Amino acid sequence: MTKQYDLVVIGGGPAGMAAALSAKQHGVENILILERDKELGGILNQCIHNGFGVHHFKEELTGPEYSARFITEIQKTSIEIMLDTMVLKIDNHRQIHAISPNHGYMVLKSKAIILAMGCRERTRGAIRIYGSRPSGIYTAGTAQRLININGYMPGKEIVILGSGDIGLVMARRMTLEGAQVKMVLELQSRSNGTLRNIVQCLEDYHIPLYLNHTIVQIHGKNRVEGVTIAKVDENLAPIKASYQYIPCDTLLLSVGLIPENEISKSARVKLDSRTRGPFVGELRQTNIPGIFACGNVLHVHDVVDFVSEEAALAGYGAARYIRGQFDTTITHQTINGEGVTYVLPQTMNIYHIEDTCNLYLRVNKPYGRCQIEAWIGNTLIASKREIRCLPSEMINFKIRKEAIVGSSDLRPAQAIDQQPTQIIVKIVGMDRDPSLP
Amino acid sequence: MTQQEMICICCPIGCNLSVEKIDGVIRVTGNKCPRGKAYAEQELLNPERIVTTTVKLTGGLYPVIPVKTGRPIPKTKIFEVMDILSNVEITVPVHIGDVVVKNILDTGVDVVITKNDMGGEYERS
Ligand SMILES: Cc1cc2nc3c(=O)[nH]c(=O)nc-3n(C[C@H](O)[C@H](O)[C@H](O)COP(=O)(O)OP(=O)(O)OC[C@H]3O[C@@H](n4cnc5c(N)ncnc54)[C@H](O)[C@@H]3O)c2cc1C
Ligand code: SF4
Repeated sequence: MTKQYDLVVIGGGPAGMAAALSAKQHGVENILILERDKELGGILNQCIHNGFGVHHFKEELTGPEYSARFITEIQKTSIEIMLDTMVLKIDNHRQIHAISPNHGYMVLKSKAIILAMGCRERTRGAIRIYGSRPSGIYTAGTAQRLININGYMPGKEIVILGSGDIGLVMARRMTLEGAQVKMVLELQSRSNGTLRNIVQCLEDYHIPLYLNHTIVQIHGKNRVEGVTIAKVDENLAPIKASYQYIPCDTLLLSVGLIPENEISKSARVKLDSRTRGPFVGELRQTNIPGIFACGNVLHVHDVVDFVSEEAALAGYGAARYIRGQFDTTITHQTINGEGVTYVLPQTMNIYHIEDTCNLYLRVNKPYGRCQIEAWIGNTLIASKREIRCLPSEMINFKIRKEAIVGSSDLRPAQAIDQQPTQIIVKIVGMDRDPSLP
Repeated sequence: MTQQEMICICCPIGCNLSVEKIDGVIRVTGNKCPRGKAYAEQELLNPERIVTTTVKLTGGLYPVIPVKTGRPIPKTKIFEVMDILSNVEITVPVHIGDVVVKNILDTGVDVVITKNDMGGEYERS
C-alpha cells in the first residue's frame, strides 16, 4: 500500500498534535498523524498529576486534560489519525515506512514530514551500576505508566535514584498507592526537580532526599532485595566508608531523558550533540528539506506549554514548505557564549521571522541574579534579567527581528556566498546567590 | 506557640520562611514579598492539596482512569480520600469533569474524571 499525503506527522503527543493543528490552520489539507500507541496524547496520558497548561491555557490541568484539549480540536478537523502504527524508518526518497495490525506494512509518501517522537528515558545501562540483574528495576516513567495506565503496582518498598521531576512525582504517587518510598538519592549537590515538587512530593510525605549520594550495588537474584548506597565526593566518586545497605524490592531510575532519534537518523537528519536532537532553523526545519522537528524529539522540554508553542512553528513551517514558500537560506547562526549549554534554534532565516524570534536555551551551571544577552559583533541586540537560572530549567528568550536586522549585514536572500551572521548568546552573572552551591 | 520552617514555592526565588504563632498571632519572617506571608499562613493553618489518582474502569481502553479532586482538600485528609477512591469502580463512557464522588469526606469538593473514554471505538482509520 502506498498513499500520498501533504503532511505526515510522526508521533501523536502534544508536539505532534499541536503541529498538525497549526499546519491545518495554515491551510494544509491532507494531514496524517501516525501514533504507535492506542490513543493520542503521548507521555501526558500517564502524567495524571496537575500543573500543566499554566502558560498555554492559564489554568492548571492534569496531563490527560491538557492532551484532551488538543484531541478535541483534532477531532473537529479532517486530520487523519492512524493509531497502533509504528514508524520504522524514513528512506532516502523521504518515504515513510510504518507497520500496524490493521494495515500491515505501509510505505507513505508525503510532501512534508514533522518529527514529533518525543524522548525516552535513560536506562540502567546508561548509568552503570554493579550487581546482578534481578526484576524490580524500572525507569520512573515505566513505573508511572504501569500504575497510572495499566493499574499495576510494581513494588512495595521503593528506592528512587535521581531527583528530577519524574522521580519526585513518582515518589508521591507510589506513597499514595501504599508503597513505602524509603529515599530519593541524587548524585549532584542539588535536585533537578522544581521546588514545588520537592515540597509537595517529598516533604509532604516525609520522604528523605539524600544529595551527593548514589547506588553502588544492586542486590538480589530473581527480585531486587536491596541496594548499597554511598555518599560521593566532589569528583562524584563513591566514598567507601559511607556504604550502607538499604533493603528494598524495587528501584526506580529517574536519571534523565534523551530525544528519540532513530527515525531522524534513518532520514539522515543531522543531530546536534548538545541537544541530542536535530539541528533546526527558526521554523524547526532540519537539514533535510521538507523535514521538520518539534517537542522532545528536538530537545528535552520541562514544560509542555513550550512544546505546544514550538510545535505551532513547525506546523507553520511545513505549511509554507508545502505551498512552495520555503526559502532554505540560512542568514544567522546562534552560538553558545559563556555559560550557555545550547541555544535553539541553531540557525535562522531572518526572512521567515515576522517580528520576534523566540530562543530556548539552557545554562551550564546555576546562576543567581544574571542577565541573558544576545550579541552580533560588538552590538548588544537583546537582553533579559533573571533572578535565578538553573540548568534544569529551559529559558525562553525573545529577540526582536528589527534588532537582528539592524545589526546584520544582510544581502539578498539568494546570495550564495553569504556566510551566516553569528548571534552569540551568553549569561552574565550579576552576583552569586549564597543559597546556591 | 507553634513554629515551622518552610520554603515558599510561589515563585522561583524560594525564600526560606519561618512562621511562628504566638498567642494567636502569626508572624512570618524570611519572605521577600507579601505572597510569601500568605503562603506561610495558609500552610501553617490549613495546608491544602489537589489529589490526583486513578479509579477502576470497566469497559475502557485500560483498567484504570485518572481522577482529581476538583479543588484542593486539607492535606490531613489525603490518605482517607485515597482509601475511598481505591474502592470506586466505574463503567464507560466517562468524560472529563464527570463526578465520581460528590462532596468527598464532607470537604465540599467533588472528585472528577480527568480523561475521556467513550468505550469501544479507538481506531479512527
Ligand atoms: C516519563 C515522563 C514524564 C514527564 N512528566 C512531565 C511532567 O510532569 N510535566 C511536564 O511538563 N512535562 C513532563 N514530561 C515532559 C513531557 O514529555 C513533555 O512536556 C511533552 O509530553 C513532550 O511532548 P512530545 O509530543 O514531544 O513527546 P511525547 O509526549 O513523548 O509524544 C511522542 C509520541 O510519539 C510517539 N512515537 C514515538 N516514536 C514513534 C514511532 N516510531 N512511531 C509512531 N509513534 C511514535 C509516542 O508513542 C508518543 O505518543 C515528562 C516526560 C516523560 C518522558
Ligand atoms: S516570598 Fe515572595 S519572593 Fe520569596 S519565594 Fe515567596 S513569592 Fe517569591
